Amino acid sequence: MKKILVLFAHPKFERSKVNKALVEKIWKKEGVTFHDLYERYPDFNIDVFIEKKLLSEHDVIIWHHPLYWYSCPPLLKHWIDLVLEFNWAYGPQGNALQGKQAFNVITAGGTREVYCSQGNNNYSINEFLRPFEQTARLCQMDYFPPFGIMGANGISNDGLIAAANQYDQLISILQEGLVPSVAGRCDYLNDIPQLQTVHSA
Amino acid sequence: MSGGILFEAIVFLVSAILFVPLAKRFGLSSVLGYLIAGICIGPYVLNFVGSEGEDIMHFAEFGVVIMLFLIGLEIDARSFWKMRKTILGMGGGQLAITFILSYGLFLFLDFTWQVSVVISMAVVLSSTAIVLQSLKEKGLFDTAFGNSSFSILLFQDIIVIPMLAIIPLLSSGEPVVEISHDAHGAHEEMQTYLLENLPLGVQTIAVILSVVLVVLAGRYLFVPMLRLVAVTRLRELLTASALLIVLALAFSMELVGLSPALGAFLGGVVLATSEYKHELESNLEPFKGMLLGLFFMAVGASINFMMIKENPLLVSGLVFGIIALKAVGLFLVGTIFKMKMDQKLLLAVALAQIGEFAFVLLSFASQLNIIGQEALDLMLVVTALTMTLAPILGVLNERLVLPRVGTKQSARRTMDHIAKQQKVILLGFGHFGSTIGRFLRSYGIEATILDHDSNRVDLLRKMGFEVYYGDATRMDLLESAGIDEAEILICALDNPDTTMEIISEIKEQYPDLKLMVRAKSRFDAYDLLNLGVQNVYRESLETSIKVASDVLYHMGFRKYTIHQQAQNFIKYDEDSLKRLAEKGTADDQYVFRVKEEIAQQEKLLEQDLRRGLVDVDHPWDSQSVLKDSSE
Repeated sequence: MKKILVLFAHPKFERSKVNKALVEKIWKKEGVTFHDLYERYPDFNIDVFIEKKLLSEHDVIIWHHPLYWYSCPPLLKHWIDLVLEFNWAYGPQGNALQGKQAFNVITAGGTREVYCSQGNNNYSINEFLRPFEQTARLCQMDYFPPFGIMGANGISNDGLIAAANQYDQLISILQEGLVPSVAGRCDYLNDIPQLQTVHSA
Repeated sequence: MSGGILFEAIVFLVSAILFVPLAKRFGLSSVLGYLIAGICIGPYVLNFVGSEGEDIMHFAEFGVVIMLFLIGLEIDARSFWKMRKTILGMGGGQLAITFILSYGLFLFLDFTWQVSVVISMAVVLSSTAIVLQSLKEKGLFDTAFGNSSFSILLFQDIIVIPMLAIIPLLSSGEPVVEISHDAHGAHEEMQTYLLENLPLGVQTIAVILSVVLVVLAGRYLFVPMLRLVAVTRLRELLTASALLIVLALAFSMELVGLSPALGAFLGGVVLATSEYKHELESNLEPFKGMLLGLFFMAVGASINFMMIKENPLLVSGLVFGIIALKAVGLFLVGTIFKMKMDQKLLLAVALAQIGEFAFVLLSFASQLNIIGQEALDLMLVVTALTMTLAPILGVLNERLVLPRVGTKQSARRTMDHIAKQQKVILLGFGHFGSTIGRFLRSYGIEATILDHDSNRVDLLRKMGFEVYYGDATRMDLLESAGIDEAEILICALDNPDTTMEIISEIKEQYPDLKLMVRAKSRFDAYDLLNLGVQNVYRESLETSIKVASDVLYHMGFRKYTIHQQAQNFIKYDEDSLKRLAEKGTADDQYVFRVKEEIAQQEKLLEQDLRRGLVDVDHPWDSQSVLKDSSE
């Protein structure tokens, strides 16, 4: 069973009911380490040693965050800047993350339609997440498309429950091992065939 | 013409008060002022002081002793070790070159080789008193020139020991002690009394033994004594002990026929690492200053103008010849050690005089009958004249030569000075101050710490902290702790009244010093802010907020939000503190204003909270974004 590390970064978690629902489903799951960055480092003083150790001990890295200004909240960026060290995560001797899997779990106010070439934001979510994709690639990790809760402000209760269940299910699938070729076919991990049977029940 | 000790004291004091400020007014060092004052009151000008000038000189030599003790205090074994290359290299080089040049000169002048050796030994030495005094006045200690001067002088001060040991070897056969009839002859006979009849080997052993004794006494006698005295918290007892230490050292050295100055220097080095270093310094500083001034005046007064009148060519030739050959030696040493041109020139001129140790060496040799009375008198005059002339040459050098060499400004600002640590003084090492000291230390910054609790000082020193014992309300103690060069002074004292007293004094005398001050309460903080202190730290503020933050965390609030709110709270609180301080607390409006401030703070915090407590991020709703952009 693969080990999952959820790097959760939300500066206003107490005010996000969507993320509350998502997190509640997965944070105590067996084989999952839920790492709440804003709670752990309120002063942004990241303990790089511990973070590197955590990364080494897990197989799947999930960057779970709201999409702020087409990117992640600052502490997660800070985490990337500090933890993914040269000759550890990347560089000639940087093989620590080789073969691990990584992707983003995002919540966004905009719907899928807003994030496309015809939409108001002009680019797709996948395009906005290119920096993460390339970061993962440089660290020799397999990067999956994002699992996204889009239009999160207007989501219905049922929709939210369904999304949370999907997240839960996704984690289980990842624990069993998700093949990159399957994941790579979709724009969103929400769309992989294994999740289509999950209902709000 | 003299009338009693009171009259003499008045003569000396008046001339000092007249001439020294005058010298300073013209930008000259105080040493020159004292020397000129001495010449004026001496037998050849105003004749206020006659032959007793030499007695006074002997008395005032004690100033040199105290000065060497103080120099020793500045040099703990560690920094001594760090400077070993410059001390040995520059000092040794200077000694060798100058000695050879001078030896050649005096042989050429038809002196016997023994006399030439003794005189050359005296010529090699420069005046620690004059040079250090002017270095201190001009603030040049941190320059290449200051460093090398110090190293050379230190080497000379040390080399006096073997010199004094060698001199008896030069006397052919049994030393013939001629009891001279001048005032200090009998005195000097006393000095050698203990060792007089012993063979040379035993004398040498006695010398080594006495050095060991000084080291042991410093460690196991003086420090426990000071500790005992410190507990009484009587300041005058500490002064008395400081004087006692120096006197005891000088006396015991004289007893075995060694230079008392050297004993004092050794004692100083031994005590340099003790916690009483700063206390000793500030207690002895005034004595040193007064006695040195007196010493310089006595040198001025003792210049035998008759001797000059009788042998004008010989005296002036010797004076300029010696200054020239010393300057050449120093210049060569500077060249070997790759000093810049202007620094070399400063060094060459500053150390070109013959020092006060010459008096000691020469009269010792004369007493052993190695050097005759005439040669002695001649050399004493020459020494006094070089001491007087060197400062004048220094002024000429600085005003006329150096501007033409033209690198002075830039040479003063070489990397070494910038890289030199900024000095931080920490007052008070209780619970508050010790935390500050420990954290600074984690950055490798060793603050100079002053604390008045001798037990705590002992304990902390055992833990490896550099803590000094003293009452921080004394400005002279702060001065010897180096407040002049300090960048930052941290006041972590517990008693608000003491804090106010010290801070207002410092604010007045050192307006440019950066102050960081602990305040017990809001009201103390007002007082400090009104004094113009920018950085005031209420000891209760941040800790209370930390407690509140932790309470909130345990109640289930998010740490990041609490963290931000706490920062905001501190900011508002400090802003309101500053506003209230400006308004003053004395008038009856105060209570009203406090209410007003609290109301204002409440409003601000409320706004902040409301801003942060919006449930949903509506602006980022797809619909509203679409609507906005379609408009």
